[in-house]
Amino acid sequence: MTEISERAVADTAQEAVRETVYEKARIGAPSIAGFTEEGESLSPEPVVTGPLGGAASKSHSHGGGYGIPDSSRAGRLTSYSLADFPELKGTEEDWRFTPLRRLGGLHKDALDGAAPAVAVEAPASVRVETVGRDDARIGSAGIPEDRVSANAWAHFIDATVVTIPAGTELEDRILVTLAGEGLAAAAQHVVIIAEEGARAVVVLNHEGQAIVSENVEVVVGDRADLTVVTLQEWSDDSVHVSSQQVKVGREAKIKHVAVSLGGSLVRLTPTVRFAQPGGEAEVYGLYFADAGQHLEHRTFIDHAQPNCISNVLYKGALQGKDAHTVWVGDVLIQKQAEGTDSYEKNQNLVLTDGCRADSVPNLEIETGLIEGAGHASATGRFDDEHLFYLMARGIPEDVARRLVVRGFLNEIIQKIGVPSIEEHLTEAVERELEAGDN
Amino acid sequence: MSTLEIKDLHVSIETEQGVKEILKGVTLTVKTGETHAIMGPNGSGKSTLASTIAGHPRYTVTSGSITLDGEDVLAMSVDERARAGLFLAMQYPVEVPGVTMTNFLRTAKAAIDGKAPAIRTWTKEVKDAMAQLRIDADFAQRNVNEGFSGGEKKRVEILQLELFKPKFAVLDETDSGLDVDALKVVSEGVNRAHAAGNMGTLLITHYTRILRYIKPEFVHVFVDGKIAEQGGPELADRLEEEGYDRYLAGAGSAVHVQA
Repeated sequence: MTEISERAVADTAQEAVRETVYEKARIGAPSIAGFTEEGESLSPEPVVTGPLGGAASKSHSHGGGYGIPDSSRAGRLTSYSLADFPELKGTEEDWRFTPLRRLGGLHKDALDGAAPAVAVEAPASVRVETVGRDDARIGSAGIPEDRVSANAWAHFIDATVVTIPAGTELEDRILVTLAGEGLAAAAQHVVIIAEEGARAVVVLNHEGQAIVSENVEVVVGDRADLTVVTLQEWSDDSVHVSSQQVKVGREAKIKHVAVSLGGSLVRLTPTVRFAQPGGEAEVYGLYFADAGQHLEHRTFIDHAQPNCISNVLYKGALQGKDAHTVWVGDVLIQKQAEGTDSYEKNQNLVLTDGCRADSVPNLEIETGLIEGAGHASATGRFDDEHLFYLMARGIPEDVARRLVVRGFLNEIIQKIGVPSIEEHLTEAVERELEAGDN
Repeated sequence: MSTLEIKDLHVSIETEQGVKEILKGVTLTVKTGETHAIMGPNGSGKSTLASTIAGHPRYTVTSGSITLDGEDVLAMSVDERARAGLFLAMQYPVEVPGVTMTNFLRTAKAAIDGKAPAIRTWTKEVKDAMAQLRIDADFAQRNVNEGFSGGEKKRVEILQLELFKPKFAVLDETDSGLDVDALKVVSEGVNRAHAAGNMGTLLITHYTRILRYIKPEFVHVFVDGKIAEQGGPELADRLEEEGYDRYLAGAGSAVHVQA
């Protein structure tokens, strides 16, 4: 396990040593007495590890290991039946960061409110259906992993199924808009199926006002290449809990991008399961929490098959009193998953006082025969040295701040690969930054 | 012609042991067209002077003044100083992830000039300046200083010096960590900037070797937060031979003689 930040530190140190040696060899004896060469080597370059450097930067804390109840992902309860899940107390490992009081009853009430209205924009070759609970495709990629997800499963009335037929390669994105229309707790169900060899981008655009628990099932057929972008741009009073489970076929690719900007509480749990060997998963996330917002993302990559690749990168910015973000990244490399190559990283940029960012990478490895398994996490303040450098070049403070935050979050936006969405998100981040200037 | 005037400057920093005075009364006047070398042993306050001129928040001016053509520099924010025509080539340029060089240079140029540079001529100007400093063209697309070697970072500082055309440039140990070839390239850049416009230069160094390439008219020796001696280029030659020992030992032996 290698921490990226540690690696960067090592590189910098090595470079400083190399330069010093070089200087000594070239100069020979000190050219000015009273000024030793040692003086030079005693002031190495300051260690910089990105915008998360500085004195306030600290590394992550680890979660539990084997032997501690419910700490291993392999042993977590999964069930389609709500009754199997005990009532939540808030002390459970997977709920300890979530303020249950603010869930709007999603964990205990009957979810009989109207689900956000679904509208799908898609090319003619894509099949879009609304189906009942008994449809065979429901449950094909997911099984609830927690009580809120099971509660949605118990209460949803119909599901939207989007199918990209085998071999279909789409240039245009498929846009699924889920528009909330009120604060009655509701259940939602979406199934996305990319059949064998299909290639497509599906955007789930969550907007409006809602209190909703959602299950999204994603089936990526053999050799299919699917991108799912889930945007959370809810109203300020909305609550959204979304379990998004992806089943990846043989030599198939999934790119899952979560972008959470709006809502009082958003809790997204993307899970990627490799059902066949040779799959590849890129799992990205971007969040920007303002005062009072709780934005939680828990990723889980289940390496249950050999020779699969996964890369997780979540980046977040926080500003304002009681802005709270949570990232928990579980990676499980099972005994049979030889040849696995996995990496996960979370970075948070804290812009003001009064924010809290929790970041917990959990890596469970049950075989040594892997290509790689790494994790990194860093949470830091906006670095005063960055600000000074940019301002010393005439750039005003507000412009300099935006330049850095924009740059920090752009890394995720650039990975989406859909120009219209990238443009939209760049503007959305700009608005968040402007709101922070007040 | 412009004048940068530093008068009886006292500067402190906060340390874990309390407030520590670093500069203890520095007076110095630099006019455009002039090159001043500031030399001295480590810890004598040379870099503190550079950072104070640029406005680094770590340094507190307790008394004295810095003015640029009569304007109070100390009353200006960091960015206002840069826009007024002051430039600090930093000893340890920081990496700014996520911001490309191209974007950074254009943003800074626009801020300094008060208007966005004309895109066509600007692109060419940047390209030419990079070529002269032997900076690879692909650096333009890389993030500011990210992954650059020590020498590359220094070249990029001089690139900015040439592009932003300040009235006064403070070069904070730009020569340290450079091999001979890089030192030449960087010095040529400084000399070009000097020749091109009306620029005054404050060259901070602890080695005399950069003075082979950049010729100062004035040399000031810093010891313990004050200017211990000043003179013309011949002073640098003397330092080359004798070192700083006589300044450091000087106070002690004087006491000895009196006793």
